[in-house]
Amino acid sequence: MEALPPFDLIRPRTLAQLIDARAAHPASRLLGGGTDLMVNIRRGIVAPPVLIDVNGVDELRTIEADAHALEIGAAATLSEVAAHSGVMQNYPVVAQAAGHIAGPTHRNMGTVGGNIALDTRCIFYNQSEWWRQANHHCLKTTGEICHVAPKSRGVCFATFSGDLAPALLTLDAEIDIAGVSGKRTVPLAELYIGYARQNEPVTVTRGDGKFFLSLQPSEIVTAVRARNSPGLRSAYDKIRIRRSIEYPVTGVAVALRRDGDILADLRVAFTGTNPRPVRLAGTDKLCGGPLDAPVFAGLDALVRDQIMAMKTTFTPGHYRRRVAGVLARRLVQRLFEGG
Amino acid sequence: MARILQLTLNGRARTDAITENVLLLDYLREVVGLTGTKTGCDGGECGACTVLVDDQPRLSCLMLAALADGRRVDTVESLVSDGRLSAVQRGFHEKLGSQCGYCTPGFVMASAGLLRRNPRPSEDEIREALGSNICRCTGYVKIIEAVQYAAQLHAAGASP
Repeated sequence: MEALPPFDLIRPRTLAQLIDARAAHPASRLLGGGTDLMVNIRRGIVAPPVLIDVNGVDELRTIEADAHALEIGAAATLSEVAAHSGVMQNYPVVAQAAGHIAGPTHRNMGTVGGNIALDTRCIFYNQSEWWRQANHHCLKTTGEICHVAPKSRGVCFATFSGDLAPALLTLDAEIDIAGVSGKRTVPLAELYIGYARQNEPVTVTRGDGKFFLSLQPSEIVTAVRARNSPGLRSAYDKIRIRRSIEYPVTGVAVALRRDGDILADLRVAFTGTNPRPVRLAGTDKLCGGPLDAPVFAGLDALVRDQIMAMKTTFTPGHYRRRVAGVLARRLVQRLFEGG
Repeated sequence: MARILQLTLNGRARTDAITENVLLLDYLREVVGLTGTKTGCDGGECGACTVLVDDQPRLSCLMLAALADGRRVDTVESLVSDGRLSAVQRGFHEKLGSQCGYCTPGFVMASAGLLRRNPRPSEDEIREALGSNICRCTGYVKIIEAVQYAAQLHAAGASP
Protein backbone atom coordinates (compact mmCIF):
# COMPACT_ATOMS: atom_id res chain seq x y z
CA MET A 1 0.00 0.00 0.00
CA GLU A 2 1.36 3.33 -1.06
CA ALA A 3 -0.31 5.96 1.11
CA LEU A 4 -1.71 9.05 -0.50
CA PRO A 5 -0.22 12.35 0.58
CA PRO A 6 -2.31 14.05 3.26
CA PHE A 7 -5.11 16.39 2.22
CA ASP A 8 -8.29 17.75 3.72
CA LEU A 9 -11.62 16.64 2.30
CA ILE A 10 -14.58 19.02 2.13
CA ARG A 11 -18.02 17.63 1.31
CA PRO A 12 -20.41 20.49 0.47
CA ARG A 13 -24.16 19.83 0.14
CA THR A 14 -25.09 22.93 -1.88
CA LEU A 15 -23.59 24.82 -4.79
CA ALA A 16 -23.18 27.89 -2.56
CA GLN A 17 -21.11 25.87 -0.08
CA LEU A 18 -19.08 24.44 -2.93
CA ILE A 19 -18.30 27.88 -4.36
CA ASP A 20 -17.36 29.17 -0.90
CA ALA A 21 -15.05 26.20 -0.32
CA ARG A 22 -13.42 26.74 -3.70
CA ALA A 23 -12.89 30.44 -2.98
CA ALA A 24 -11.44 29.69 0.46
CA HIS A 25 -9.01 27.11 -0.96
CA PRO A 26 -7.63 28.30 -4.30
CA ALA A 27 -5.21 25.35 -4.52
CA SER A 28 -8.00 22.81 -4.02
CA ARG A 29 -9.12 20.32 -6.65
CA LEU A 30 -12.66 19.18 -7.28
CA LEU A 31 -13.22 15.47 -6.72
CA GLY A 32 -15.86 13.83 -8.91
CA GLY A 33 -15.24 10.18 -9.71
CA GLY A 34 -11.53 10.48 -9.06
CA THR A 35 -10.76 8.19 -11.98
CA ASP A 36 -8.13 10.62 -13.31
CA LEU A 37 -7.39 12.82 -10.29
CA MET A 38 -6.68 10.03 -7.79
CA VAL A 39 -4.26 8.42 -10.25
CA ASN A 40 -2.44 11.71 -10.69
CA ILE A 41 -2.27 12.30 -6.93
CA ARG A 42 -0.91 8.81 -6.48
CA ARG A 43 1.77 9.42 -9.08
CA GLY A 44 2.80 12.68 -7.45
CA ILE A 45 1.76 14.68 -10.50
CA VAL A 46 -0.50 16.89 -8.41
CA ALA A 47 -0.66 17.29 -4.63
CA PRO A 48 -3.70 19.40 -3.77
CA PRO A 49 -3.91 20.33 -0.06
CA VAL A 50 -7.72 20.21 -0.21
CA LEU A 51 -10.15 18.05 -2.17
CA ILE A 52 -13.74 19.21 -2.58
CA ASP A 53 -16.17 16.35 -3.21
CA VAL A 54 -18.86 17.47 -5.68
CA ASN A 55 -20.96 14.30 -5.47
CA GLY A 56 -23.09 15.47 -2.56
CA VAL A 57 -24.35 18.60 -4.37
CA ASP A 58 -27.74 17.47 -5.67
CA GLU A 59 -28.26 20.54 -7.88
CA LEU A 60 -25.24 19.46 -9.94
CA ARG A 61 -26.70 16.02 -10.67
CA THR A 62 -29.68 16.87 -12.90
CA ILE A 63 -30.07 15.44 -16.38
CA GLU A 64 -32.84 16.94 -18.48
CA ALA A 65 -33.13 16.01 -22.12
CA ASP A 66 -36.15 16.33 -24.37
CA ALA A 67 -36.80 17.23 -28.00
CA HIS A 68 -36.05 20.89 -27.30
CA ALA A 69 -33.11 21.17 -24.94
CA LEU A 70 -30.40 19.31 -23.10
CA GLU A 71 -29.06 20.22 -19.68
CA ILE A 72 -26.65 18.06 -17.68
CA GLY A 73 -25.20 18.92 -14.28
CA ALA A 74 -21.45 18.59 -13.82
CA ALA A 75 -21.75 15.87 -11.15
CA ALA A 76 -23.98 13.57 -13.21
CA THR A 77 -22.13 10.32 -13.83
CA LEU A 78 -21.15 9.12 -17.28
CA SER A 79 -23.22 5.94 -16.80
CA GLU A 80 -26.29 8.04 -16.08
CA VAL A 81 -25.80 10.13 -19.23
CA ALA A 82 -25.09 7.11 -21.45
CA ALA A 83 -28.25 5.31 -20.26
CA HIS A 84 -30.62 8.31 -20.15
CA SER A 85 -33.44 7.70 -22.60
CA GLY A 86 -33.96 11.39 -23.38
CA VAL A 87 -30.26 11.84 -24.17
CA MET A 88 -30.07 8.65 -26.22
CA GLN A 89 -33.12 9.60 -28.25
CA ASN A 90 -32.56 13.31 -28.84
CA TYR A 91 -28.79 13.76 -28.48
CA PRO A 92 -27.35 10.39 -29.53
CA VAL A 93 -23.86 11.83 -30.06
CA VAL A 94 -23.71 12.77 -26.36
CA ALA A 95 -25.01 9.41 -25.09
CA GLN A 96 -22.61 7.55 -27.39
CA ALA A 97 -19.64 9.67 -26.33
CA ALA A 98 -20.45 9.10 -22.65
CA GLY A 99 -20.76 5.36 -23.30
CA HIS A 100 -17.35 5.30 -25.02
CA ILE A 101 -15.46 6.68 -22.01
CA ALA A 102 -13.08 4.22 -20.30
CA GLY A 103 -14.84 1.08 -19.01
CA PRO A 104 -18.23 0.51 -17.36
CA THR A 105 -16.91 0.65 -13.79
CA HIS A 106 -15.11 3.93 -14.52
CA ARG A 107 -18.33 5.34 -15.97
CA ASN A 108 -20.16 4.55 -12.71
CA MET A 109 -17.68 6.86 -11.01
CA GLY A 110 -16.60 9.50 -13.56
CA THR A 111 -18.59 12.71 -13.92
CA VAL A 112 -19.57 14.98 -16.80
CA GLY A 113 -17.68 17.93 -15.30
CA GLY A 114 -14.58 15.79 -14.85
CA ASN A 115 -14.66 14.69 -18.47
CA ILE A 116 -15.26 18.19 -19.83
CA ALA A 117 -12.38 19.60 -17.77
CA LEU A 118 -10.25 16.44 -18.08
CA ASP A 119 -6.54 17.09 -17.65
CA THR A 120 -4.49 16.79 -20.83
CA ARG A 121 -2.32 13.71 -21.20
CA CYS A 122 1.15 12.83 -22.45
CA ILE A 123 3.55 9.89 -22.21
CA PHE A 124 6.00 12.23 -20.48
CA TYR A 125 3.39 13.45 -17.97
CA ASN A 126 1.23 10.48 -16.92
CA GLN A 127 4.12 8.67 -15.27
CA SER A 128 5.33 8.06 -11.74
CA GLU A 129 7.40 10.63 -9.87
CA TRP A 130 10.68 8.73 -10.27
CA TRP A 131 10.05 8.17 -13.99
CA ARG A 132 9.48 11.86 -14.57
CA GLN A 133 12.38 12.84 -12.34
CA ALA A 134 14.74 10.58 -14.31
CA ASN A 135 13.71 12.55 -17.38
CA HIS A 136 14.17 15.95 -15.65
CA HIS A 137 10.39 16.37 -15.60
CA CYS A 138 8.59 18.19 -18.42
CA LEU A 139 7.05 21.53 -19.21
CA LYS A 140 3.61 20.50 -17.94
CA THR A 141 4.96 20.01 -14.40
CA THR A 142 8.22 21.59 -13.27
CA GLY A 143 10.55 20.86 -16.17
CA GLU A 144 11.99 23.24 -18.71
CA ILE A 145 11.30 21.59 -22.04
CA CYS A 146 8.50 19.74 -23.77
CA HIS A 147 9.97 16.31 -24.54
CA VAL A 148 7.46 15.87 -27.36
CA ALA A 149 8.66 19.06 -29.04
CA PRO A 150 11.99 20.05 -27.48
CA LYS A 151 12.26 23.16 -29.63
CA SER A 152 8.78 24.40 -28.75
CA ARG A 153 10.10 27.28 -26.62
CA GLY A 154 7.78 26.98 -23.67
CA VAL A 155 4.78 25.46 -25.43
CA CYS A 156 3.34 22.20 -24.02
CA PHE A 157 1.72 19.72 -26.40
CA ALA A 158 -0.09 17.40 -23.95
CA THR A 159 -3.24 16.06 -25.61
CA PHE A 160 -6.84 16.62 -24.64
CA SER A 161 -8.71 13.31 -24.66
CA GLY A 162 -12.16 13.88 -23.14
CA ASP A 163 -14.93 12.31 -25.21
CA LEU A 164 -17.88 14.52 -24.28
CA ALA A 165 -16.31 17.74 -25.56
CA PRO A 166 -16.28 16.88 -29.30
CA ALA A 167 -19.83 15.52 -29.05
CA LEU A 168 -21.05 18.68 -27.34
CA LEU A 169 -19.11 20.94 -29.71
CA THR A 170 -21.05 19.55 -32.68
CA LEU A 171 -24.23 20.68 -30.88
CA ASP A 172 -22.89 24.22 -30.24
CA ALA A 173 -23.22 23.52 -26.51
CA GLU A 174 -22.82 26.12 -23.80
CA ILE A 175 -21.52 25.69 -20.26
CA ASP A 176 -22.56 27.33 -17.02
CA ILE A 177 -19.63 28.57 -14.97
CA ALA A 178 -19.92 29.64 -11.33
CA GLY A 179 -17.47 31.46 -9.12
CA VAL A 180 -17.28 34.00 -6.33
CA SER A 181 -18.05 36.80 -8.78
CA GLY A 182 -21.27 35.13 -9.95
CA LYS A 183 -22.42 32.90 -12.76
CA ARG A 184 -21.89 33.13 -16.50
CA THR A 185 -22.78 31.05 -19.51
CA VAL A 186 -20.32 30.77 -22.39
CA PRO A 187 -20.00 28.66 -25.52
CA LEU A 188 -18.21 25.42 -24.65
CA ALA A 189 -15.72 26.14 -27.44
CA GLU A 190 -14.46 29.15 -25.46
CA LEU A 191 -13.50 26.91 -22.54
CA TYR A 192 -10.73 25.28 -24.55
CA ILE A 193 -7.71 27.44 -25.27
CA GLY A 194 -5.05 24.77 -25.95
CA TYR A 195 -4.04 26.14 -29.34
CA ALA A 196 -0.35 25.38 -28.76
CA ARG A 197 1.45 27.00 -31.66
CA GLN A 198 5.21 26.52 -31.74
CA ASN A 199 7.10 29.73 -30.98
CA GLU A 200 3.87 31.54 -30.14
CA PRO A 201 3.92 32.63 -26.50
CA VAL A 202 1.19 31.25 -24.24
CA THR A 203 -1.35 33.92 -23.26
CA VAL A 204 -4.58 33.94 -21.24
CA THR A 205 -6.64 33.53 -24.40
CA ARG A 206 -4.31 31.26 -26.40
CA GLY A 207 -2.86 28.54 -24.21
CA ASP A 208 -1.28 25.14 -24.71
CA GLY A 209 -1.37 21.63 -23.25
CA LYS A 210 -0.64 23.01 -19.79
CA PHE A 211 -2.95 26.04 -19.81
CA PHE A 212 -5.81 24.53 -21.73
CA LEU A 213 -8.92 25.84 -19.94
CA SER A 214 -10.09 29.45 -19.79
CA LEU A 215 -11.48 29.15 -16.24
CA GLN A 216 -10.51 31.73 -13.62
CA PRO A 217 -8.84 30.26 -10.50
CA SER A 218 -11.97 29.93 -8.34
CA GLU A 219 -14.40 29.10 -11.14
CA ILE A 220 -16.08 25.76 -11.70
CA VAL A 221 -18.15 24.31 -14.53
CA THR A 222 -21.62 23.58 -13.12
CA ALA A 223 -23.62 22.41 -16.14
CA VAL A 224 -23.60 21.93 -19.88
CA ARG A 225 -26.56 22.78 -22.09
CA ALA A 226 -27.51 22.51 -25.75
CA ARG A 227 -30.53 23.02 -27.98
CA ASN A 228 -31.90 20.45 -30.37
CA SER A 229 -31.72 21.20 -34.10
CA PRO A 230 -34.56 19.56 -36.04
CA GLY A 231 -33.35 16.93 -38.46
CA LEU A 232 -29.80 16.84 -37.14
CA ARG A 233 -28.31 13.34 -37.20
CA SER A 234 -25.36 12.75 -34.92
CA ALA A 235 -23.00 10.01 -33.79
CA TYR A 236 -19.71 9.42 -31.97
CA ASP A 237 -17.01 6.83 -32.54
CA LYS A 238 -13.49 6.29 -31.38
CA ILE A 239 -10.56 4.00 -31.94
CA ARG A 240 -8.58 2.61 -29.05
CA ILE A 241 -5.65 0.21 -28.93
CA ARG A 242 -7.62 -1.77 -26.36
CA ARG A 243 -11.33 -1.41 -26.93
CA SER A 244 -12.53 -1.59 -23.35
CA ILE A 245 -10.57 0.90 -21.23
CA GLU A 246 -7.81 2.94 -22.90
CA TYR A 247 -7.67 6.58 -23.90
CA PRO A 248 -8.45 7.35 -27.54
CA VAL A 249 -6.12 7.04 -30.48
CA THR A 250 -8.72 9.44 -31.75
CA GLY A 251 -12.39 10.15 -31.14
CA VAL A 252 -14.72 11.77 -33.65
CA ALA A 253 -18.16 13.34 -33.31
CA VAL A 254 -20.22 14.13 -36.41
CA ALA A 255 -23.55 15.92 -36.73
CA LEU A 256 -25.14 16.54 -40.11
CA ARG A 257 -28.42 17.36 -41.79
CA ARG A 258 -29.55 15.90 -45.09
CA ASP A 259 -32.20 17.58 -47.26
CA GLY A 260 -33.10 15.16 -50.05
CA ASP A 261 -29.77 14.36 -51.67
CA ILE A 262 -28.12 17.52 -50.39
CA LEU A 263 -25.71 17.71 -47.47
CA ALA A 264 -27.27 20.72 -45.77
CA ASP A 265 -25.20 20.97 -42.58
CA LEU A 266 -21.99 19.30 -41.44
CA ARG A 267 -20.18 19.55 -38.11
CA VAL A 268 -17.15 17.45 -37.20
CA ALA A 269 -15.14 17.52 -33.97
CA PHE A 270 -12.16 15.50 -32.71
CA THR A 271 -10.52 14.49 -29.45
CA GLY A 272 -7.24 12.78 -28.67
CA THR A 273 -5.28 14.74 -31.24
CA ASN A 274 -4.59 18.32 -30.11
CA PRO A 275 -4.23 20.04 -26.71
CA ARG A 276 -7.90 21.00 -27.17
CA PRO A 277 -10.91 19.28 -28.68
CA VAL A 278 -11.10 20.56 -32.26
CA ARG A 279 -14.33 21.44 -34.01
CA LEU A 280 -13.26 21.55 -37.66
CA ALA A 281 -13.55 25.02 -39.15
CA GLY A 282 -14.69 25.29 -42.75
CA THR A 283 -17.09 22.34 -42.98
CA ASP A 284 -19.85 24.76 -44.03
CA LYS A 285 -18.03 25.15 -47.36
CA LEU A 286 -18.50 21.42 -47.97
CA CYS A 287 -22.29 21.71 -47.71
CA GLY A 288 -24.90 22.58 -50.32
CA GLY A 289 -24.37 19.68 -52.69
CA PRO A 290 -24.42 15.89 -52.77
CA LEU A 291 -22.07 13.86 -50.60
CA ASP A 292 -19.51 13.14 -53.31
CA ALA A 293 -15.76 12.65 -53.68
CA PRO A 294 -14.90 16.38 -53.55
CA VAL A 295 -16.67 16.64 -50.17
CA PHE A 296 -14.53 13.82 -48.78
CA ALA A 297 -11.41 15.34 -50.31
CA GLY A 298 -12.33 18.65 -48.71
CA LEU A 299 -12.89 16.92 -45.37
CA ASP A 300 -9.48 15.25 -45.62
CA ALA A 301 -7.87 18.61 -46.30
CA LEU A 302 -9.51 20.19 -43.24
CA VAL A 303 -8.30 17.30 -41.07
CA ARG A 304 -4.80 17.63 -42.51
CA ASP A 305 -4.70 21.35 -41.73
CA GLN A 306 -6.29 21.41 -38.29
CA ILE A 307 -5.52 18.08 -36.63
CA MET A 308 -2.10 18.24 -35.04
CA ALA A 309 -1.42 14.87 -33.38
CA MET A 310 2.03 14.82 -31.78
CA LYS A 311 3.99 11.97 -30.21
CA THR A 312 2.15 12.27 -26.88
CA THR A 313 0.96 8.64 -26.92
CA PHE A 314 2.50 5.31 -27.81
CA THR A 315 0.85 5.51 -31.21
CA PRO A 316 2.61 7.89 -33.63
CA GLY A 317 1.01 11.25 -34.35
CA HIS A 318 0.73 10.73 -38.11
CA TYR A 319 -1.14 7.47 -37.53
CA ARG A 320 -3.61 9.17 -35.18
CA ARG A 321 -4.23 11.89 -37.74
CA ARG A 322 -4.93 9.30 -40.44
CA VAL A 323 -7.28 7.44 -38.11
CA ALA A 324 -9.05 10.73 -37.38
CA GLY A 325 -9.67 11.30 -41.09
CA VAL A 326 -10.87 7.75 -41.71
CA LEU A 327 -13.21 7.73 -38.71
CA ALA A 328 -14.70 11.06 -39.79
CA ARG A 329 -15.32 9.80 -43.34
CA ARG A 330 -17.00 6.65 -42.06
CA LEU A 331 -19.28 8.51 -39.68
CA VAL A 332 -20.26 11.12 -42.29
CA GLN A 333 -21.09 8.39 -44.80
CA ARG A 334 -23.06 6.36 -42.28
CA LEU A 335 -25.10 9.28 -40.97
CA PHE A 336 -25.82 10.62 -44.46
CA GLU A 337 -27.04 7.24 -45.67
CA GLY A 338 -29.34 6.47 -42.83
CA GLY A 339 -28.47 6.54 -39.22
CA MET B 1 -7.68 15.01 9.22
CA ALA B 2 -9.66 12.17 10.70
CA ARG B 3 -13.35 11.58 10.29
CA ILE B 4 -15.94 9.01 11.26
CA LEU B 5 -17.02 6.60 8.52
CA GLN B 6 -20.37 4.88 8.92
CA LEU B 7 -21.35 2.39 6.27
CA THR B 8 -23.06 -0.92 5.70
CA LEU B 9 -20.28 -3.34 4.85
CA ASN B 10 -21.32 -6.78 3.62
CA GLY B 11 -24.72 -6.33 5.21
CA ARG B 12 -23.52 -5.14 8.60
CA ALA B 13 -23.47 -1.59 9.95
CA ARG B 14 -19.97 -0.49 10.83
CA THR B 15 -18.30 2.62 12.20
CA ASP B 16 -14.61 3.46 12.00
CA ALA B 17 -12.39 6.46 12.53
CA ILE B 18 -10.36 6.96 9.32
CA THR B 19 -8.05 9.55 7.86
CA GLU B 20 -9.38 11.47 4.88
CA ASN B 21 -6.67 10.27 2.52
CA VAL B 22 -7.33 6.54 2.94
CA LEU B 23 -8.66 4.75 -0.11
CA LEU B 24 -11.61 2.37 0.11
CA LEU B 25 -9.31 -0.47 -0.99
CA ASP B 26 -6.83 0.18 1.83
CA TYR B 27 -9.66 0.64 4.33
CA LEU B 28 -11.10 -2.76 3.39
CA ARG B 29 -7.81 -4.61 3.42
CA GLU B 30 -5.90 -2.94 6.22
CA VAL B 31 -8.46 -1.44 8.58
CA VAL B 32 -11.23 -4.04 8.31
CA GLY B 33 -8.96 -6.95 7.36
CA LEU B 34 -10.98 -8.13 4.37
CA THR B 35 -8.23 -9.14 1.96
CA GLY B 36 -10.48 -10.69 -0.70
CA THR B 37 -10.43 -7.39 -2.59
CA LYS B 38 -7.12 -7.24 -4.45
CA THR B 39 -4.67 -4.46 -5.15
CA GLY B 40 -3.67 -4.70 -8.81
CA CYS B 41 -2.44 -1.80 -10.89
CA ASP B 42 -3.26 0.94 -8.34
CA GLY B 43 -4.38 3.12 -11.22
CA GLY B 44 -7.84 2.03 -12.34
CA GLU B 45 -6.62 -0.03 -15.27
CA CYS B 46 -7.14 -3.63 -14.11
CA GLY B 47 -10.36 -3.90 -12.06
CA ALA B 48 -8.90 -6.31 -9.47
CA CYS B 49 -10.14 -3.98 -6.70
CA THR B 50 -13.77 -3.89 -7.93
CA VAL B 51 -16.40 -3.80 -5.17
CA LEU B 52 -20.10 -2.94 -5.22
CA VAL B 53 -21.23 0.38 -3.79
CA ASP B 54 -25.03 0.47 -3.61
CA ASP B 55 -24.96 -2.48 -6.06
CA GLN B 56 -22.85 -0.59 -8.63
CA PRO B 57 -19.33 -1.78 -9.46
CA ARG B 58 -16.68 0.73 -8.35
CA LEU B 59 -12.89 0.76 -8.34
CA SER B 60 -11.95 0.79 -4.66
CA CYS B 61 -8.37 1.84 -5.53
CA LEU B 62 -9.63 5.19 -6.84
CA MET B 63 -12.40 5.89 -4.33
CA LEU B 64 -11.75 7.54 -0.98
CA ALA B 65 -13.15 5.51 1.90
CA ALA B 66 -14.74 8.70 3.23
CA LEU B 67 -17.00 8.78 0.16
CA ALA B 68 -18.52 5.45 1.19
CA ASP B 69 -20.10 7.18 4.20
CA GLY B 70 -23.78 6.26 4.39
CA ARG B 71 -23.46 3.82 1.50
CA ARG B 72 -23.76 0.06 1.17
CA VAL B 73 -20.47 -1.63 0.23
CA ASP B 74 -20.25 -5.29 -0.76
CA THR B 75 -16.98 -7.19 -1.24
CA VAL B 76 -16.37 -10.70 -2.47
CA GLU B 77 -16.58 -11.89 1.16
CA SER B 78 -20.30 -11.01 1.17
CA LEU B 79 -21.29 -13.56 -1.45
CA VAL B 80 -21.12 -16.86 0.42
CA SER B 81 -24.25 -17.51 2.46
CA ASP B 82 -24.60 -20.43 4.88
CA GLY B 83 -21.41 -21.92 3.49
CA ARG B 84 -22.77 -22.01 -0.07
CA LEU B 85 -21.10 -20.26 -2.96
CA SER B 86 -23.16 -17.68 -4.84
CA ALA B 87 -24.23 -18.26 -8.44
CA VAL B 88 -21.30 -16.23 -9.81
CA GLN B 89 -18.78 -17.98 -7.58
CA ARG B 90 -20.11 -21.39 -8.61
CA GLY B 91 -20.01 -20.30 -12.24
CA PHE B 92 -16.33 -19.29 -12.01
CA HIS B 93 -15.51 -22.50 -10.13
CA GLU B 94 -17.35 -24.97 -12.32
CA LYS B 95 -16.66 -23.35 -15.72
CA LEU B 96 -12.98 -22.77 -14.90
CA GLY B 97 -13.29 -18.98 -15.05
CA SER B 98 -10.42 -18.63 -12.60
CA GLN B 99 -6.82 -19.69 -13.11
CA CYS B 100 -4.22 -17.84 -11.02
CA GLY B 101 -7.16 -16.21 -9.24
CA TYR B 102 -5.78 -12.74 -8.68
CA CYS B 103 -8.29 -10.95 -10.90
CA THR B 104 -11.15 -13.23 -9.81
CA PRO B 105 -12.64 -11.22 -6.92
CA GLY B 106 -12.87 -8.19 -9.23
CA PHE B 107 -14.47 -10.19 -12.04
CA VAL B 108 -16.84 -11.88 -9.58
CA MET B 109 -18.01 -8.55 -8.15
CA ALA B 110 -18.38 -6.93 -11.60
CA SER B 111 -20.40 -10.00 -12.65
CA ALA B 112 -22.51 -9.93 -9.49
CA GLY B 113 -23.23 -6.25 -10.17
CA LEU B 114 -24.30 -7.14 -13.71
CA LEU B 115 -26.66 -9.93 -12.61
CA ARG B 116 -28.22 -7.75 -9.92
CA ARG B 117 -29.36 -5.21 -12.51
CA ASN B 118 -29.68 -7.53 -15.52
CA PRO B 119 -30.38 -11.17 -14.55
CA ARG B 120 -30.41 -12.39 -18.17
CA PRO B 121 -27.50 -10.68 -19.91
CA SER B 122 -26.56 -11.42 -23.51
CA GLU B 123 -22.97 -12.31 -24.36
CA ASP B 124 -22.39 -8.75 -25.59
CA GLU B 125 -23.77 -7.34 -22.36
CA ILE B 126 -21.44 -9.61 -20.36
CA ARG B 127 -18.44 -8.51 -22.43
CA GLU B 128 -19.43 -4.88 -22.00
CA ALA B 129 -19.98 -5.20 -18.23
CA LEU B 130 -16.55 -6.81 -17.73
CA GLY B 131 -14.76 -4.19 -19.84
CA SER B 132 -13.07 -2.58 -16.84
CA ASN B 133 -11.42 -5.85 -15.74
CA ILE B 134 -8.25 -7.53 -16.99
CA CYS B 135 -7.40 -11.24 -16.82
CA ARG B 136 -4.00 -12.42 -18.09
CA CYS B 137 -4.68 -16.16 -17.73
CA THR B 138 -7.99 -17.28 -19.12
CA GLY B 139 -8.34 -15.44 -22.41
CA TYR B 140 -11.82 -14.44 -21.17
CA VAL B 141 -13.75 -17.21 -22.95
CA LYS B 142 -14.09 -19.25 -19.75
CA ILE B 143 -15.03 -16.14 -17.78
CA ILE B 144 -17.89 -15.37 -20.15
CA GLU B 145 -19.06 -18.99 -19.94
CA ALA B 146 -18.88 -18.71 -16.15
CA VAL B 147 -21.14 -15.66 -16.11
CA GLN B 148 -23.59 -17.29 -18.54
CA TYR B 149 -23.74 -20.33 -16.27
CA ALA B 150 -24.15 -18.08 -13.23
CA ALA B 151 -27.13 -16.40 -14.91
CA GLN B 152 -28.73 -19.84 -15.35
CA LEU B 153 -28.13 -20.68 -11.68
CA HIS B 154 -29.51 -17.28 -10.71
CA ALA B 155 -32.63 -17.92 -12.81
CA ALA B 156 -33.01 -21.22 -10.95
CA GLY B 157 -33.03 -19.39 -7.64
CA ALA B 158 -29.41 -18.98 -6.50
CA SER B 159 -28.39 -15.54 -5.23
CA PRO B 160 -26.07 -13.75 -7.70
